[in-house]
This record gives sequence, C-alpha cells and structure tokens, in this order.
Amino acid sequence: MRNVYYIAKRELGSYFASPIAYVVSAVYLAVIGGLFGFILYYSREATLRYLFGHVIVILFLVLVTQALTMRLLAEEQRSGTLELLLTSPVRDWEVVLGKYLASLCVFLAMMLLTAYMPITLSRVGKPDVGPLLSGYLGYVLLGAALLAIGLFASSLTQNQIVAAVVGIGITLLMWLVSGLADMVGGVLKDIVEYLPLFAHYNDMMRGVIDTKDILYYVSVVLLFLFLSVRVLESRRWK
Amino acid sequence: MIQVESLTKYYGPTRALDQVSFEVAPGEIVGFLGPNGAGKTTTMRILTGFLAPSQGTVRVAGYDVFRDSLEARRRIGYMPETVALYNEMSVHSYLMFMASIRGVTRPAQAVARVMEACGIEEVRDTLIGKLSKGYRQRVALAQALVHDPEVVVLDEPTIGLDPRQILSVRELIRSLGGAHTIILSTHILPEVSQVCQRVLIINRGRIVAEDTPERLTTALQGGARVRMQFAQPPKDVVTRLEGVEGVSAVEALDAHTFDVVYDASMDRRAELAALAVNEGWGLLELRPVAMSLEEIFLQLTTEDTAQANTAETSGTEQLSEGTL
Repeated sequence: MRNVYYIAKRELGSYFASPIAYVVSAVYLAVIGGLFGFILYYSREATLRYLFGHVIVILFLVLVTQALTMRLLAEEQRSGTLELLLTSPVRDWEVVLGKYLASLCVFLAMMLLTAYMPITLSRVGKPDVGPLLSGYLGYVLLGAALLAIGLFASSLTQNQIVAAVVGIGITLLMWLVSGLADMVGGVLKDIVEYLPLFAHYNDMMRGVIDTKDILYYVSVVLLFLFLSVRVLESRRWK
Repeated sequence: MIQVESLTKYYGPTRALDQVSFEVAPGEIVGFLGPNGAGKTTTMRILTGFLAPSQGTVRVAGYDVFRDSLEARRRIGYMPETVALYNEMSVHSYLMFMASIRGVTRPAQAVARVMEACGIEEVRDTLIGKLSKGYRQRVALAQALVHDPEVVVLDEPTIGLDPRQILSVRELIRSLGGAHTIILSTHILPEVSQVCQRVLIINRGRIVAEDTPERLTTALQGGARVRMQFAQPPKDVVTRLEGVEGVSAVEALDAHTFDVVYDASMDRRAELAALAVNEGWGLLELRPVAMSLEEIFLQLTTEDTAQANTAETSGTEQLSEGTL
C-alpha cells in the first residue's frame, strides 16, 4: 500500500511539473465559469442543475478527464520508464491505483476551485443545499468513472493521442447504448438502461441520492482499473 | 546466485532464446556478449521479471523470478538498455522515488551513498531532462544500486559515454564485484576482458561459448602465438622456424614479419630468440600476440551462423509441409 502512495505522489509531481494540470484546469474553469455566468443571468435561479445537466459541461468533462489520463501509462510505455517500474518490487495493481489516485486528486482540486459557484449562489439567492451537494456528488462520481476509463485507454497504447481517442470512444459508446433501450425489452432493457454512464447522473442532479447509482459509478471505476491491471500483466507475455 | 535453466522465449513464431542455461556464482562479474539481436536484452528482461519466459526457469538468490517475482525483484538492480528516466524530476527526487518503491528503509542515506559512488552529486537538483548523456547513464546506474541489491543486471552500461566516463564506469563496476553479483551485456569486446571474470557468448538465442576471457583466447587460437620480426631473414626462414621443437605453425605476415604458434604448455620464446641471434637474422621484435576477443567473437558467431542456416533451411521445409 505504501507503494501506491509513492507512485501517486510522483505522478502528482509530474502533473504539476508539466503544463498539463495548469492548462487543463485553467481552460476548464474558464469554460465552466462562463457557462455558469450565462445560465445564472438568463435563468435567475439559484441552482447548478442546469449547469451540470448542460451537454457542453458533460462533454467537456469527458475531454478534460481524458486529457488528464491519456499520459498516465502511455507515456511510460513510450519512453520505457515502465520497464524500471515493473521490474521494481511493485505489484501491477499498485502502479494502476497510484496513477489513478493522482489523476483523481488533480480532478478533485479542480472541483474545489469551482466552489465559488455555490458560494455565489448563496450570496445572490437561497439555493436548495440538498440538490446542490448531490449534484456535485454526481458530477464528481461521473468524473471519477471517466478517469478510470481514460486510464484503461492509456494502458492499451504508447501513443497519448490514441489513448485519448479510445477513451472518448468508449465513453460515447456507453452513452449511445441508452438509445437501444427503446428497441429491446425484458431483462435486456433493464441492462441497457443500467449501462449508460450518464443515466445515473440525472437523479442526483435533482437531489436524489440512490445507493444503486453510487454503486454503479464505483463499479465502473473498479472494472476499468481491473482491466488496466490485466493489460499491464499481459505485457509480460508478449 | 543466478540459475538459468533451459530458457526459451518466443515472440509470436520467432524464437528469440533457445534453451539457454547458465549459472552465475555469488560475487562474480559475468559478461554477456553477442551481436545485436542475439537475445541479450531478452535474457536480461526475463531475468529482471519484465518478460515472462515461454519455457524454462530463472532463479535469482533462490527465488523464481516468475513465481516469487516480488522477492526476486527486491534483490535485483536493473539498468535497462534504453536509459529511460522521468525527465521532469530532479536527480535527487528521482533516486528518492526509486529507493522508496524498492523498500529502502533509509532512502536519504542510500541516495547520498549512490550519488557519491556514481559521481552525480553536482547535479543533485538538476532536472533529469537537462542532463547530458553521460550523467543520465550514471543516474540510471545509481538507481540500479540504490537498494544495495544482491544481483545487478546492466544492459550495455557504457554505451554513449566518452572514454573517460567509460573508464570510471568500468572502475565502478569492477569495485562492485565481490559484494554484488553482476551480469553485464555489451558488444564492446575489450570491456569484457577488462571487467569480467567470465564471458558468455550468445548468438541467435543460443550460448555458443562460456569461459574466462583468457582461456577462450588460448582455446581458440590452438596454442600460444608470438610475432617475430627480422632485419634480414634468410629465404628458408619459415622451415627453419618450424624446425624448432614444439612449434606447430609459422605464418608469414610479410617478408620480415612472422607469427609463430607453439604448444602453450612449453614456452619456446628463449629458443626462438637464440636461433635468430645465433644465425644473425637481426631480431627486431619478439612479442606474444593474443587473439583478440574480436577475432574469437567473429569466429564463434560466424561458425554458429553457418550451422544455424543449414538447420533453418530444413526447418522451413518441415514447416511448409506442415502448413500444406
């Protein structure tokens, strides 16, 4: 477990040693901040529901998470540093978990920087605290799942661009699955309705926290971390 | 300390290693010599647990590198062929990180020790990406030693260094012998004779020779060899020289220079000198010539290639029959 900490710490250091973390955070905050302003001006409602439900905000989250994760394993494979990491007495899952936690930290720091939005709302109006918090929780869980997908995509290739495209592809395909719900029936319909990444998010925007939805995102995270570990393991057999 | 038993590795249908077996005793420095693509790096990657073998076993300090991988990896320091380091880190923080994940209990002391040993104290806080090739190489060597491993695996440790740096790295490697067991791969032949106590020559995934550098030399040239030069040799000099007891062959290099080969068990230099002086040939030079490792290497690897080619032709025939 100590190794997870060392790997996460090193990875965080490298996020802030390169412009990635700064550029991604700055662009993200600018776009989200702008949208927040517009939505508040036109709706005159003290809520973040419209913002977090906005298609630009969700798509942008997909892009931002993939930008944060595309480097994680792809770059180590390209440069060859993975060889030293995997020949150290470190388990493959410790590498994967450490890197995932580093990206999660950067993402949470970004989320923390958006705290001015609820603060502004409480200054100009009387927001409903429940939906505000559950909306944030849903958004963070969605982001956490997207980061795990991105890390998995990064384990597949040594090219960062390929990793980002694959990550975005997986995400959008999981979105498209929801379109199948009307075409099929029975158990299949239940499965199809359960699968999409964004379906579990809508209830939370409205202030409903269902353990089923939280469990969904946690299991997506675990599934993709598990797959990343397997991909790393399979490298030894090449 | 290291036991490799009938190690075979396939990359898809290509056989990179074929039944490679060898042992390395504790404290020994063994050189792994072979042309590019011979299987040196593959062997080292299996030894360090980066790749899994297709067949065969490797034990390091008694631990199977595949089944007890973590225990084996704890005891190995590895410097890969491509010196891949995290460019955005400083030398010190990089070594601290490598020490930590290797479970070093006092990383600060360990890092200070290897920085001194490898001569990289003056770049302590420099970013690795800004270092020259020579420094990068030494940082890579430092990380291989930071956890004081029992076994050190070095894949071409002196490649890309200037002559002075090469000397200091060789000196460092020599000083590690005894306390550490070292396998180093190289295709620089003098390096092997200077640093290693034993040489393994590998070609096309097979070990073709294994001995001390000196014994390999004498074994292959069929005896001791001296080079003699005369100011005025007579016409029948070759037969005269061959007449000396124990001399097995005389080669004329030019009109004045001759190589004399004799049975290594009895030294004939005094007799040869006496003959030349007594006859008044004007002896200018008499010195022992050792066949260089380069020559041995070429001889071994070309012989093996010729054999392998014949073997392969029959193999291909069988294969095409099989596919039909």
